[in-house]
Amino acid sequence: MSILVDQDTRLIVQGITGREGTFHTLQCVRYGTRVVGGVTPGKGGSVHEGIPVFNSMEQACRETGGNASVIFVPPAVAADAVMEAVDAGVELVVCITEGIPTLDMIQVRQFMAGKRSRLIGPNCPGIISPGKCKVGIMPGAIHREGAVGVISRSGTLTYEAVQQLSSRGIGQSTCIGIGGDPIIGTSFVDALRLFKDDPATEAIVLIGEIGGTAEEAAARYVQSRLSKPVVGFIAGRTAPPGRRMGHAGAIISGGQGTAEEKIRLMEECGLQVARSPADIGETTARILQT
Amino acid sequence: MKIHEFQAKAILSDHGVPVPRGKVADTKEKAREIAGELGGLVVVKAQIHAGGRGKGGGVRLARSPEEAREVADSILGMQLVTHQTGPGGQTVKRVLVEEGLKIQREYYLGIAIDRDAGKVVFMASREGGVEIERVAAENPELILKEAVEPGLGLTPFQARKLAFGLDLPAKLVPAAVRFMLSLYRAFEATDASLAEINPLLLTEDGGLYALDAKINFDDNALYRHPGIRELRDTDEEDPLEVEAGKHGLNYIKLEGNVGCMVNGAGLAMATMDIIKLAGGSPANFLDVGGGATAEQVRNAFGIILTDSNVKAVLINIFGGIMRCDIVARGVVEAAKSMELEVPIVVRLEGTNLEQGQEILKASGLRLTVASGMRDAAEKVVRLASGR
Repeated sequence: MSILVDQDTRLIVQGITGREGTFHTLQCVRYGTRVVGGVTPGKGGSVHEGIPVFNSMEQACRETGGNASVIFVPPAVAADAVMEAVDAGVELVVCITEGIPTLDMIQVRQFMAGKRSRLIGPNCPGIISPGKCKVGIMPGAIHREGAVGVISRSGTLTYEAVQQLSSRGIGQSTCIGIGGDPIIGTSFVDALRLFKDDPATEAIVLIGEIGGTAEEAAARYVQSRLSKPVVGFIAGRTAPPGRRMGHAGAIISGGQGTAEEKIRLMEECGLQVARSPADIGETTARILQT
Repeated sequence: MKIHEFQAKAILSDHGVPVPRGKVADTKEKAREIAGELGGLVVVKAQIHAGGRGKGGGVRLARSPEEAREVADSILGMQLVTHQTGPGGQTVKRVLVEEGLKIQREYYLGIAIDRDAGKVVFMASREGGVEIERVAAENPELILKEAVEPGLGLTPFQARKLAFGLDLPAKLVPAAVRFMLSLYRAFEATDASLAEINPLLLTEDGGLYALDAKINFDDNALYRHPGIRELRDTDEEDPLEVEAGKHGLNYIKLEGNVGCMVNGAGLAMATMDIIKLAGGSPANFLDVGGGATAEQVRNAFGIILTDSNVKAVLINIFGGIMRCDIVARGVVEAAKSMELEVPIVVRLEGTNLEQGQEILKASGLRLTVASGMRDAAEKVVRLASGR
């Protein structure tokens, strides 16, 4: 088992004819993902890399039975693309696009309230259930099927952690990149809740960073609701306050969001915290043995 | 993006928020002239992006145009040091000369993004004129909050709740409501990420004014606000960071001596952290972005090595889909064209790792190849300390 994506995922790519969209669609197909269609307004009726292209999400879903979408459109139109996918009724929307204005995402969150779709991202690498389905831009080859769930706010740091796991023979049930923006669709707590209910997930690795209080909320959730072991890591212990470290969400402001505070609370709530980014794999191996 | 107080006040005024009368001056003569136009008591305020200007001596009163000239003379050109500028301070190039208002009471108004709620939050407090972070830490109940409904904006009833919550006299509540609604409109219309009026001034004759104003903007939304983008003052930023930005590199200068070049913000932060754990100190944060082409690597080297503190450089690239042989060629090409003098440690990971490492070893360059982040950090820290 796994969460959110698997063999039954029927993926539609929004922005399929663009450079990024084309490249990553083919990577997903090669991994085994069932890509059933793509959307590029104005190019409906054509076939791109063997995949039918539609003018709208509504049409694409109706004709292909698509139940998930991944978004590769530019930031100025990405919020609209998310809402179009939600309106079409897909269960899962994965938004890779980086640089969406915050007020646009606030509108999206409002639009989604009470609707059935789940959003992952934006500004994220996507989601993969190793051996089953890849919806995103992560390198498929570093993953391995198994029982550890991975949740992370970043891209390449997640790959680093996954590789540390795979190289020790520790496979993953599903890996989710939730995104580095201040307003995102799926939080750490949302993802923890899904892993909690997934019988195939035995342990969880949670990779956070400075800024906001999402890691604190996750730690409290682990303490009160989760019996599965959780390994934590927080990037940015050396980051100065008031400076945005790449991700729009990664900023220590008003005394909030420091790495030390997050690490302290994680440990207090029973997470095994890897102090060094090189120790994520080892720490996970240790908790799986006990 | 940050702007100056006088720019923030102009934006607020355009949206109907009352601000004190005043103008900006870049010479002492101009300051005298403005003080003469305003008449009576004036305040001369240094215009730098950092907060805490008053404590650093950057905000002073003047009772006559001549005194305004003298005060402006002493502030213009000074290196103003505040708790936000760092020890070197910031050169003052402009002063805002404003009418002096008689203070009855000071309040705080702020608008920010509540990440967890996914909404804009409007805040008000009776504890104005002090550091709001301290109020939030010590007496959080003194900060009143209203979540703004997306699409609706701040509603009059919410503004009234806040105004009455501040214990404003009833006859002033309508003016306070207008003030808050205008402030919210300015925030939304400009895609701001933070707006603070601290203090909101209640004058002795019952007027409400934005005595100080701070607005930060969402960098992701600047594309739809060309007028605001023009307000950027690169003199207020680190010149290396400005240069890096031109090349699409995300660079932040730090105090250490180990230069870092990494792809991805999270991995870049983690790389800084592991350098520290290895006993060293990072000289910078640098995210080269997704495609570490030879040109981007060269640009990144250029930026990192401009910092004379840098004694060694760590390149940490997790290729992922990007192939390591291509990254390695980029690094070698860039290094050869630049006659690098500091030692370089390279850690590559991802597809075609072996070919990538071969290319690095065969290059004849003084590159140290590392395997894994810990090994890389230990090697670069040793090289940076000259051991």
